[in-house]
Amino acid sequence: MHQTSHSIRFLYKGRYPPVLVPLTTCYPKNKHMAWYKREKKGIITPTSAKKETPEGHWYKCPKCKNVMNSRDHKQNAYTCIECNFHARIGSKEYFEVFFDKNEFTELDANMMSGDPLNFSDTKTYPTRIQQSQYKSGLKDAVRTGHGKMKGENIVLAVMDFGFIGGSMGSVVGEKISRAIDFAREKKYPLIVVSKSGGARMMEAGYSLMQMAKTSAKLALLAEAKVPYISLLTDPTTGGVSASFSMLGDFNIAEPEALIGFAGPRIIRETIGRDLPEGFQTSEYLLEHGFLDFIIDRTEMKNKLAGLIKMLK
Amino acid sequence: MLLDFEKPIAELEQKLDDMKQLAVESDANVADAIKVLEQNILKVKKETYTNLTRWQRVQLSRHQNRPYTLDYIHEMCDNFVELHGDRNIADDKAMVGGFGDVNGQTVMFIGQQKGRNTKQRQYRNFGMANPEGYRKALRLMRLAEKFDKPIVTLIDTPGAFPGIEAEERGQAEAIARNIKEMFTLKVPVICIVIGEGASGGALGIAVGDKVMMLENTWYSVISPENCSTILWRSWDYKEQAAEALKLTADDMKGFKLIDEIIPEPLGGAHANPKSTYETVKQVILKEIKALQKLSTEELVNRRIEKFSGMGEVQE
Ligand SMILES: [Zn+2]
Repeated sequence: MHQTSHSIRFLYKGRYPPVLVPLTTCYPKNKHMAWYKREKKGIITPTSAKKETPEGHWYKCPKCKNVMNSRDHKQNAYTCIECNFHARIGSKEYFEVFFDKNEFTELDANMMSGDPLNFSDTKTYPTRIQQSQYKSGLKDAVRTGHGKMKGENIVLAVMDFGFIGGSMGSVVGEKISRAIDFAREKKYPLIVVSKSGGARMMEAGYSLMQMAKTSAKLALLAEAKVPYISLLTDPTTGGVSASFSMLGDFNIAEPEALIGFAGPRIIRETIGRDLPEGFQTSEYLLEHGFLDFIIDRTEMKNKLAGLIKMLK
Repeated sequence: MLLDFEKPIAELEQKLDDMKQLAVESDANVADAIKVLEQNILKVKKETYTNLTRWQRVQLSRHQNRPYTLDYIHEMCDNFVELHGDRNIADDKAMVGGFGDVNGQTVMFIGQQKGRNTKQRQYRNFGMANPEGYRKALRLMRLAEKFDKPIVTLIDTPGAFPGIEAEERGQAEAIARNIKEMFTLKVPVICIVIGEGASGGALGIAVGDKVMMLENTWYSVISPENCSTILWRSWDYKEQAAEALKLTADDMKGFKLIDEIIPEPLGGAHANPKSTYETVKQVILKEIKALQKLSTEELVNRRIEKFSGMGEVQE
């Protein structure tokens, strides 16, 4: 589904898929452009994408190399029918997985990034944003919304790794903060799906403070006793793992995801030796006590709806 | 070891010393010449230190003679009781803390500690804390809260330690927890960046009612070197990266991401440590006094509101 590109700069031995260095340039194009249909009352519901898995399209699993019908792969929540490999998917696909009949109301759908630092490296930040928007069909690296999951109201925020490595700048911080506020006001349980290389360098100090802002909002949410489920997916590192991702009442993960504070490359360079097999995987974090459980994407909806019902 | 921009000044100062020596040893009347030279040195210093590039400020923030956390604490406190350990697995030498008496006001001091020579640097892990360091910090913050004492954190770190054990023990979780818990502390919290403020490793003890930076420090999401490596694919662009990141005290104050800048003596904190300690001490006492006038609720609400307002988006 996702092909490698120039932005993948090294291979991490012992696990798949290759790990992206946090916060590099654009990630491979999201083949599924988001198409929206704006309805009355400001409700936005995605319609089925034009390019979406037409009959006769095939999906080749990057792990076991088996080929399967794209539609079957989609129906299996984008996990491999043969080996259970969880493909990296974005907000559009997670919304399909979580929301009943894929019906939801998106929040702050038009929020876009500013350029508070007038940042420029090999290209200007606004150029980078525009290119990312064009390639991904997204406005920034997170989408938020509310709707029903097995009949239960939830607020859902999903990060898009396809947008500048899922990096957190002001937009991600603000949208997640507002989603938390919304969950607190409505008393709807909050689910955040993290998939990020960390904070966004091009907003420097502003990005750093998004860690503080989202955590502040979560402190308020906790005080209001509204449940917060944090789902960590491949990959979740840096400023995102060191803020809202690790602050769930329930910290859960998809199988074999890369989860950590520092990226494997940085650690290897710092300590000057190879990293142990399975280091920084979901399974490793579960073993060391930082996750409540690991769950297959196909079972996610049932299990989380069941958990939420028990908390009522 | 002198920084490049310190060298011309050091040469002039050497000249001044020589001239003064000459005045003592001989009867030569050099009083006027000394005066002229002194004025010249002051002029050169002012020019140099008011026109520092961002990268030069980064260099000053890491100056090997710059005062470190325990230097401040020992110089500002009449009495200091250092406290150790996270009560779980270890005592992190890169994160220090304890109760100090500042002019009769008890303060909980917490901060990253760097070392000055090779041995000390290793002992302090270059000021890079492990998860137990952040957990130790949180334990001490809660202790301060229990006895209703204000907290002062001194930030000076090139980042949280990126190592196998650090990951194993949950570096991300430890930092995230600190950030969140600091919003709920019911006592005044003052945070001062005294050297390097690198990313989450800094923020893990930097959520406060007053966040301040000394004049020649930096505070950002990544170091210029690492930013250069990632965006330019080479270490050689660290000066451009420092410019792009806008990471100085002036920048951060301009963005309203910090509250105050604490001025340093001409030449930097290490040029006159005594006056630096005194300035910081007076700032701490003043801010504590002001914050103690607020109710617990006001304190916590304002802290949350301040950080909630940070960010720039288009809608
Ligand atoms: Zn497979």
